Amino acid sequence: MKFERYGIGIIKGLSVTIRHLLRHPTVVQYPEQRLNISRRTRGNELIWNQEKCTGCATCAKSCPLGAIEITTSTNPVENKYAVEKYQIDTGYCIQCGLCVEACPYAALYFSYNFECAKYRRWELVQDKEKMRETPERKVSGYFYPERATKLPRQTLLIERITEKD
Amino acid sequence: MMALETNINNLVRLQAVPPDWPGGFWGHWVFFTVVIIGFVLTMVMGVIYIERRGMGRMQSRLGPNRTGPFGLLQPVADAIKVLLKENIVPTAADKLVHWLAPVVAFAPALMIFAVIPFQNGAMLADLNIGILYVVAISSVSTVGVFMAGWGSSNKYSLLGAMRNVAAVVSYEIPLVLAIVGVVLIAGSLSLNQIVLAQDIPFILLQPLGFFLFFAAGCAEINRSPFDLMEADSEIVAGFHTEYSGMKFAMFYLVEYAEAIAISAIITTLFLSGWRGPLLPPWLWFIIKVLLVFFAMVWTRTTLPRIRIDQLMAFSWKFLLPLAVINLLVTALEVLASPAGLPWVVVIINLAIMAILILLWSKFFFKLGWGRIEV
Repeated sequence: MKFERYGIGIIKGLSVTIRHLLRHPTVVQYPEQRLNISRRTRGNELIWNQEKCTGCATCAKSCPLGAIEITTSTNPVENKYAVEKYQIDTGYCIQCGLCVEACPYAALYFSYNFECAKYRRWELVQDKEKMRETPERKVSGYFYPERATKLPRQTLLIERITEKD
Repeated sequence: MMALETNINNLVRLQAVPPDWPGGFWGHWVFFTVVIIGFVLTMVMGVIYIERRGMGRMQSRLGPNRTGPFGLLQPVADAIKVLLKENIVPTAADKLVHWLAPVVAFAPALMIFAVIPFQNGAMLADLNIGILYVVAISSVSTVGVFMAGWGSSNKYSLLGAMRNVAAVVSYEIPLVLAIVGVVLIAGSLSLNQIVLAQDIPFILLQPLGFFLFFAAGCAEINRSPFDLMEADSEIVAGFHTEYSGMKFAMFYLVEYAEAIAISAIITTLFLSGWRGPLLPPWLWFIIKVLLVFFAMVWTRTTLPRIRIDQLMAFSWKFLLPLAVINLLVTALEVLASPAGLPWVVVIINLAIMAILILLWSKFFFKLGWGRIEV
């Protein structure tokens, strides 16, 4: 016999709510507290290394959205391509990582930068200068195991959420 | 002039003002009126804070924590915001009724506190029919709510007000029957006498009565899960759809003042009111009121809103029969031991309550639950 319809459901419900009352709330109060972002994430922004790039445009071909735009000119003196324009519309980017994986010279990486919201749509279009590696835009370990092993180990759990007033 | 003075003297004698009270009758009156208004307004703020924070934590949120230390000033900020808002009256509204409704709804909520003892004998009027007065006054708010619903000339307002009237009419009966059980044991209608009679808190002697009074009280003041009159997923905001600014604030105040009033009555009737060890009596009273209110927040967070047919069914098929049985059992017990109920009765009553609630929950389902046809 199942012990149902004796008003037990109400007691169960009450116990659930009181248990929620007694534990930490699962809310992150954003400006004061942040979630831990993995340093090995496949995410957010691309970092481009001008020294390693040969202008082969494999990344642009692999991009399913056609978000990467690359223009090159020939440099007959050094017998190589010079990258004149390299820009990506991050508004189109779906962070599939195909360009990073396709790059034969390991010149393209993801960054684990967390806050890359913009106020204007044209700010989403990033050119050569904006795609450099800077202290704010650190290189993620995605697709580069030797990089990933060097990065410090980390937990993604919210270790402790305390209320700040 | 002479007649007026005799009347006042009669009043003083009836309401048992302490003879050494400074200022006599009017000093007593002014003091307690100010105390009651201050008590209700500050408690409303505290209670709103408790409700929002408690509900937030129960839903894994934080609740308001930005305004002031721990968000304590949130009710103040809300009050200021709502007072500064524009007052909009619909063109088709019955202006006078629309304007009067919040006042009519608020006055009874405040008047209930006249007979609630904060300490031994510390109350505005020690009526010898105190609890009868409470029962009579508390349903007057419904008139205000119905005036709001009618005067707004809005279908949602009217629907909400009609639901409120239906709920109050049906839940008044189990409410009063639950009170009668307490009155039988205490042997008095005066709330102060009822508190003095509680050597054993009546929640132990009347556990079923407490449960019935709590459920019926929640329905009476339209708190969730019985908040059908302002069911926002069905009828916008119910009777106060067309209210804004100060008048809306009045309705908001009424809602919580009534919740505090019901908590205070439950405290007085079942939790031995101001009695308690160590702490001063008024503090015990406030602590108990807040505890009862917390139980209301707890049920509000847990239980989903019921349908209108379930509301009626819960009153007539569940609470009313149990209230009658509870009254019968209590009467038999009082008849068996007129000198005062022994501790054994506590165990008997708890067992009766457990068995009745379990069995009647099953039976309630057999009775057709909320469906109209049985």
